[in-house]
This record gives sequence, structure tokens and C-alpha cells, in this order.
Amino acid sequence: MMERLYNPVFVKELKLRFRSFKSFSGLMFYLAVLVIFIAGFLLITTGFTGKGFFRPDTSFAMFSVLTIIQMALVLFITPSLTAGAISSEREKQTLNILLTTTQSSTQIVIGKLLSSVSFLVLMLIAGLPLYSLVFLFGGVSPSQIASIFLFYLLTVVAVGSIGVMFSTITKKTIVAMIATYGSIIFLGGITAFFFFITMAFSQMTPPAAGGTAQSFMAYFWAAINPGALILTLIEPEMGRGLKELSGVKLPVWVTYLIFYSGIMLLCLTVAIKKLRANMKSNR
Amino acid sequence: MMIEIQNLTKKYGSFIALDQLNLSLAEGTVFGFVGANGAGKSTTFSILATLLSPTSGDAFINGKSVIKEPKEVRKQIGYMPDFFGVYDQLKVDEYLDFYGASYGINIADRAVLIPQLLELVNLTNKRYEYVDLLSRGMKQRLCLARALIHDPKVLILDEPASGLDPRARVEMRDILRNLKTMGKTILISSHILPELAEMCDEIGVIDNGKLIAHGNVATIQAQLQGEKHIVVKVTDRLNEVRAFLEEDPKISAIDVIESKLEIEFNYRGTDEEQVVLLKKAILADLPIYALTEEEKDLEDVFMAITKGADAE
Repeated sequence: MMERLYNPVFVKELKLRFRSFKSFSGLMFYLAVLVIFIAGFLLITTGFTGKGFFRPDTSFAMFSVLTIIQMALVLFITPSLTAGAISSEREKQTLNILLTTTQSSTQIVIGKLLSSVSFLVLMLIAGLPLYSLVFLFGGVSPSQIASIFLFYLLTVVAVGSIGVMFSTITKKTIVAMIATYGSIIFLGGITAFFFFITMAFSQMTPPAAGGTAQSFMAYFWAAINPGALILTLIEPEMGRGLKELSGVKLPVWVTYLIFYSGIMLLCLTVAIKKLRANMKSNR
Repeated sequence: MMIEIQNLTKKYGSFIALDQLNLSLAEGTVFGFVGANGAGKSTTFSILATLLSPTSGDAFINGKSVIKEPKEVRKQIGYMPDFFGVYDQLKVDEYLDFYGASYGINIADRAVLIPQLLELVNLTNKRYEYVDLLSRGMKQRLCLARALIHDPKVLILDEPASGLDPRARVEMRDILRNLKTMGKTILISSHILPELAEMCDEIGVIDNGKLIAHGNVATIQAQLQGEKHIVVKVTDRLNEVRAFLEEDPKISAIDVIESKLEIEFNYRGTDEEQVVLLKKAILADLPIYALTEEEKDLEDVFMAITKGADAE
């Protein structure tokens, strides 16, 4: 059973990753950012009250900002871990040998993606003790944290798939990296911009003149924005507000789940198809 | 036949890299592929290694089509490309273990195989060293061990000795001799083919994507040579001898080496015609004290046929 589940690329990648200083420095950077934020937040908050205690609502504010910062960090780190997955093998001239083994394109691509995702999961787990400070002060439910972590995972896998796809279809890692960061800027930043633009237009336009379609678009842009998703998960009121504004009843997380699952499937399919691009049969 | 190549053609736009290549090799044959850079050797090997689809035609390894059954073909071949890299932070045994697993060999068998392969390529003492610390020759041998891990019937070795120093070349040649005795069918391309000629059963010469000659080493030499290279040694009167040689229409490329009192030339005539030429020279009372035919080795043949070919 174990032999059947064994993915050589996954095991090899993990081995290489944990032997590289880059991985540890990345993990250190991630934790350092979280520590700096939390320490800063605690100092400022307790300093303002001047009494040395911490209110649950302040704890919730810290949790919210921490969650968004963590999402931003994950989005920032994922491309660096995945955009070189295939192209670096090509650059190191190891890809051709790998492609003459009996491993299928699917095994190779999935192995590459899983190893990157595993490292990111390790990062998230490494950040949990810091997160647990929130529990210390109260104000946040464990189920809330669980759902946020599940959506982190979905985002990591989807963005990782984008990175692996660009890494497969481009020859150079640097090009794949730029394309993946470009996609993240679109998903995390430009969608927010589009949301505000379409929202403003829909409020100016009466429903008969296409305002409904515009508000639907506004909902869509918000629903595929990782930041907006996190906000609706932290503060369900925001989700309800968006529902009222746009008239779309589907919860944001459902749209997000469908959209990012779609991206993941599409990108992985392209990567698998294009891995052996010079072979017609691609088996 | 272990390898059957049928009308294999590969085009890149209007450029024809391979043109209707046909080749059949029996099991256990060691086949040397000669040709200039860009002649089509690596393209042929890439197609056989299932890395590249042909534009038309097909190739079969042990009856399996490289187009229709690439996965089956991969089980039958061990491929060593002309340029390859290694994973820097893997140790020698981990490197082989990874590829063993990639071929679906179970962990217990890998544990037995790895020391055997390392012994075959003389790397036993490097088993726990990092791959990037090995010399180029060692990396080549490790790559060969890697290509053998799943016990393939066919070995496709693209320039396995390129960039190696003389000692490393000799070591590589010895390993290949060993593999030949193990009954492997080996396809090998090399610029130092003369060194390997003794172990090649057959040689194929490729030029501009076409197989222009195919057969055993002696046949190829005869087929390609066409003319003999002769050296005449004289005691005196170089110009007189030169004038005499210039009269024969079958003599070309006359080169006078005054310092050594020698004249070199190419001769297209038969052995009988050469006897007549010699008699004439004696009758003309020319001071010739030696006439020798220089053997053209495979390197000369290679140089002759690839002369003027565009570099890659």
C-alpha cells in the first residue's frame, strides 16, 4: 500500500528542500514577521490602556489583522516555492532524465506541488504557537480558526498550481515567477480595485439599466479576492452586507471554493499536458 | 529486432533534422553513431528516449512504439543525454534511490541494486558523498549507473565520453565493455568513436539527417574512404618526383614536405594501377626509397565525411 502511494518526486523534493538554507531562512522570515507584528500589537495595545490587560475585542482585532497578514505572507511566499518547480529542473538539465523514467506526468506535477504545499503547511503550523496567543486572550472560536486554515490551504494549493503551471509552460524560472506574482497581484489587488469600481457603478446605475449585472460583477470580484474572503470569515456581518449590496445570496466562501478549485484543476491539467510538450501522446 | 527505426523524419519548420531514417539493430548489438554536430544524432536519440515526437515515421524498442507506447519504451531503455545535471544536495546513494523509485523498483530491491551498480561503475567509495562534489568523470559514471537501475535492455548514450580526461575515458570504455558482455543493446554516439570502434559491432554515419553509411567498422571504412592516402619518401629531386606524380590523373591533393623530403597525395586507383605507377617511377629512375599507404582510422573517416558540415 505504502509503495503504491509513494511519490519519488515528492520525497526527493522534501529532502532537497529541508537541506537548503533558503527554506530555513524563509521560515525564519515568516515567523519573524509574525512575531514583530504580535509583539508590536501587544506593546501598543497595553501601552494605550496603561493597565497591562487585554480586552477580548482587542484580541479579536489582533486575530483579524494577523489572519490577513498571514494570508498576505502565504501569497507572497507560495510563488517562490512553486514557480521554479519544473523550470528549475529544465535549467539544471535534470528534466530530460526525469521524463525518461516511468513516472507519469501527473505523478511528477503532483509530487512537485505537494512538496511545496507541505512546506507551506509547515509554515502555517510553525505559526500556530503565535496564533495561540489569541486563544490566551479569548474572543475567537476554534471553528473560526479551523475554517480560516482550510481556506489558507485551498489558496496555497490553487496559487501553487498557478506557479507549477507557469513553471511548466515557460522555460525560465524568473519568467514563471513574474507570471505567478502577476496572477497574485490580480487576484489579491486588482480584483479589489474592480470590486470598488463595479460597486460604485452599480450604485449609480438603476437596476433596469444594467445595475444588477454590475452588482453581480462586484460580488464576483469580492468573492474571488482572498482578503475579502478572510474578512467575511472573520466578520460574518461583512458577508451579509455584501449579500445585501449585490443581491447575490450565495455565500462568498462557496464562490471562492468553486473558483479556486477550478483554477487548481485547470492549472494542473495544463501543467500535466504540457510537461511532455514535445511528445504528442504526453503519456 | 531490438531496435527498429522506420522512415523516421523530424522537421523544425523548413529545417529537416532527420530525413527518412531507417535502421534495424539486433539484440546485443553495440551500435556507434557517427556524425558532426547537428547531423541528427541527438534528435534520433531524443526520439528513441521518448522525449521528442517524430514528424513522421516510427521507432520500435523491443517491439514497442515510441509514439504509441512511450511508457513501455521507457521501461526498456536507459538514457544518458549529452548534457545533464545532478541534484546538488543529494548523496550518491540517494540519487540512485530516487531514480530507482522513479522506475517503480521497490525499496528492498533498491537497497540490493544500489551497491551492485556502484561497484559496476567504480563508485562504491563515494556512496555517501554529495553528488555535486564528484568529478565530471564520476558524474558521468553515476549517470550511467542511473541509466542501468531498472535493468534496461537498451542503453542510449549520447556522447558519454565528452569532456572527460583520458583516464576517465578509459574507465568509461571499460564499463561499456562490461555492459556489452552483459548482452545489452547499446547505442552510442561519440566524437572519440575511434577509441570505441573496437567494441562497436556496427557503425552508422549520419550527415544532414540522413544515414549515409551503415555496417561494421571495416565496411564503413571501405565505403567511405574511396581513396588512399600515400606517402612517398625520396632522397633528392623533390620537384621532379612531384612533376611525375602530377601527370597521373588519379592522383590529387599533392603535398610536398621539403623538410622531411616527403610527398603526400591521395590516390584513387586500384591496387593493380598502383603497381603500374610504381613500375613507372622506377623506370623513370626517380630517387624514391619508400612508398607507404597510410591507414585511415575512423577519426579520419569521420573528419572526411563531416568536413564542412555546419557546427551546431
